[in-house]
Amino acid sequence: MSARRDRTSLAALAPLLWLGLFFLFPFLLVAKLSLSETTLAMPPYAPRLDWSQGMAGLRAFLAGLDFETYARLTTDRLYIVAYLSSLKFAAVATFILLLIGYPLAYAMARCPPSLRSALLMAMILPFWTSFLIRVYALIGILKPEGLLNVALRAVGLGPVSLLNTDTAIYIGLVYAYLPFMVLPLYAVLERQQHDLLEAAADLGCAPFEAFWRVTFPLSLPGVAAGSLLCFIPMVGEFVIPDLLGGSSTLMLGKTIWTEFFANRDWPAASAVAIVLLFTLVIPIVLYQRQQAKLTELGR
Amino acid sequence: MTERSRPRLNIGAVRSTFAPWTDPTAKPLVRFEKVVKRFDGETAVNGVSLDIYPGEFFALLGPSGCGKTTLMRLLAGFETPDEGRVLLAGEDLAGKRPHERPVNMMFQSYALFPHLSVERNIAFGLKQQGMAKDEIAARVDEMLSLVRLDGLAKRKPHQLSGGQRQRVALARAIAPRPKMLLLDEPLAALDKKLREETQFELMALQQQLGMTFLIVTHDQEEAMVTADRIAVMRAGQIVQMGRPADVYEAPNSRYVADFIGDVNIFEGKAEHADGVTVRMASAESPQGFDIVEDDKIEIGATAWLAVRPEKIQVHLDEPPPGPNRLAGKVADIGYLGDWTTYLVELESGRTIRAARANASRFVDRPVDWDDQVWLTFARDAGVVLTQ
Repeated sequence: MSARRDRTSLAALAPLLWLGLFFLFPFLLVAKLSLSETTLAMPPYAPRLDWSQGMAGLRAFLAGLDFETYARLTTDRLYIVAYLSSLKFAAVATFILLLIGYPLAYAMARCPPSLRSALLMAMILPFWTSFLIRVYALIGILKPEGLLNVALRAVGLGPVSLLNTDTAIYIGLVYAYLPFMVLPLYAVLERQQHDLLEAAADLGCAPFEAFWRVTFPLSLPGVAAGSLLCFIPMVGEFVIPDLLGGSSTLMLGKTIWTEFFANRDWPAASAVAIVLLFTLVIPIVLYQRQQAKLTELGR
Repeated sequence: MTERSRPRLNIGAVRSTFAPWTDPTAKPLVRFEKVVKRFDGETAVNGVSLDIYPGEFFALLGPSGCGKTTLMRLLAGFETPDEGRVLLAGEDLAGKRPHERPVNMMFQSYALFPHLSVERNIAFGLKQQGMAKDEIAARVDEMLSLVRLDGLAKRKPHQLSGGQRQRVALARAIAPRPKMLLLDEPLAALDKKLREETQFELMALQQQLGMTFLIVTHDQEEAMVTADRIAVMRAGQIVQMGRPADVYEAPNSRYVADFIGDVNIFEGKAEHADGVTVRMASAESPQGFDIVEDDKIEIGATAWLAVRPEKIQVHLDEPPPGPNRLAGKVADIGYLGDWTTYLVELESGRTIRAARANASRFVDRPVDWDDQVWLTFARDAGVVLTQ
């Protein structure tokens, strides 16, 4: 009996241990870093905990921590601009994703069942190639002598310079995150009972009206799930703006990289990361609530 | 042959003066004209012609797959006929989409909108008609009290019991005051007690609203209780149509006799007729059967005599020899409270069903398992069927 209980609690302990080891501990490290200050040393921050001094060393270490770096973030325009521009990129891209993803998901859900799994497969297929390779492929398409411009010239248009612009970032974001928008939308649309649409038609709704009065409101959990699933990682996205965007494009992911590797300002990089994390806590909580609601509806 | 004269007999225990289908000047509200509907080569509805009159409570009855639901969906506009026409108030419905038809349907699944409260579900059709807000509110209140759901206006469908959901679906369908209400197996999901109550409520509601109701059901009791007329369907065709008592007491085929209620069917040949009584010879009974003369009977041809269990008497003492008499052993007894059903095994091995109403609480000589019993029935108890 007691051995069994031990085993159960052990099983519950495993994910906690995992989270502690790979989330909480690194998080505390980053949090500590963000409270430190930069020095020209190796590693480039202070204070450092000196265990040989015992309690006095710990006290000296704690006294050395402060919120100066965070204060610096609020005064330096660079960070504020990067922060706002990240939110803007993520928000606009989410909106575009919704505009493209909804009709796609809707069409998939309305297809004959035999075709649906094939379409679903096509949606997931790009994941079989490395994300990085797909972004590099986009460079090949968007660059001045790339496929797009060759094609445009062939029909007597262009050339357009897209690479290293905000437009290229949007193209990259929308391309990379489309499945994350389509799949949750497809899940709610596919599950919708067909007789609800018949009931709406019976009560006087033309197909278009029935969509707005029944299908769309019932798909809102999917809209929320897809939007949050795209928005949250896009705010901190680094690879796409770095490879496709221009040098003047400021996004938080890129800022963190620059601070860490170029400026060797580890405290600033950590502070930005912490701010980003806390910004995203709100949509993550929203997302989880939405998921809970979805499972409830599914029952 | 002597002159055939018979007293005019009333069929069944119900007398109803409402019978627009017997009035040649009455205009039907709905007319199906030789309607055919096929699905992938399978014929679901096979040449059905049918008139339903204003104010009627009409039932389409049949086993699953007989085409009754398809017939209803043809009227609602969810299916289009391959042949024939469907008319509503004299107007051909061809080309009219479901949302353009002034009929409403109550779905078997109820199909309540899960994202809308009870009141907004009921208001759905009214809003679509462009009714003013205060008018909608008044109509919704009226509907809520009509189906006894006052106080539940703000609930969501998943917060309701099955019976309450059923009433919301009903209220939603009648709220726009359609010319006709279509009910697709409306009571199938309810338990027996609630189903019986709701049958009478439906009838009362239909009387109160004066609306024409078309109900689709596989439950013969539901159809018999609620409907003015029943159409019994089989394999896409209507095999018999009439008042519940007509269909029950005068079925026109073995199929209908067997589908509606319990029945014992004896095969035989009519031997001779004297204008009042027909003598039928059968392997089942040594003295044969005496039946009230009927036009359908053809001397010498094979016919079937259908006798309902409640029209057969069970005797523990041997009655005097004669026709309409069978002897056997009690094989099983089903005591239902209001009725007792006896399964009597004849010497031929056939099992006959006889039923007795338990009109009094005490019985002098109760029947026991394995008792030797005799079964008799009156000359007019059975119906002769030729198909």
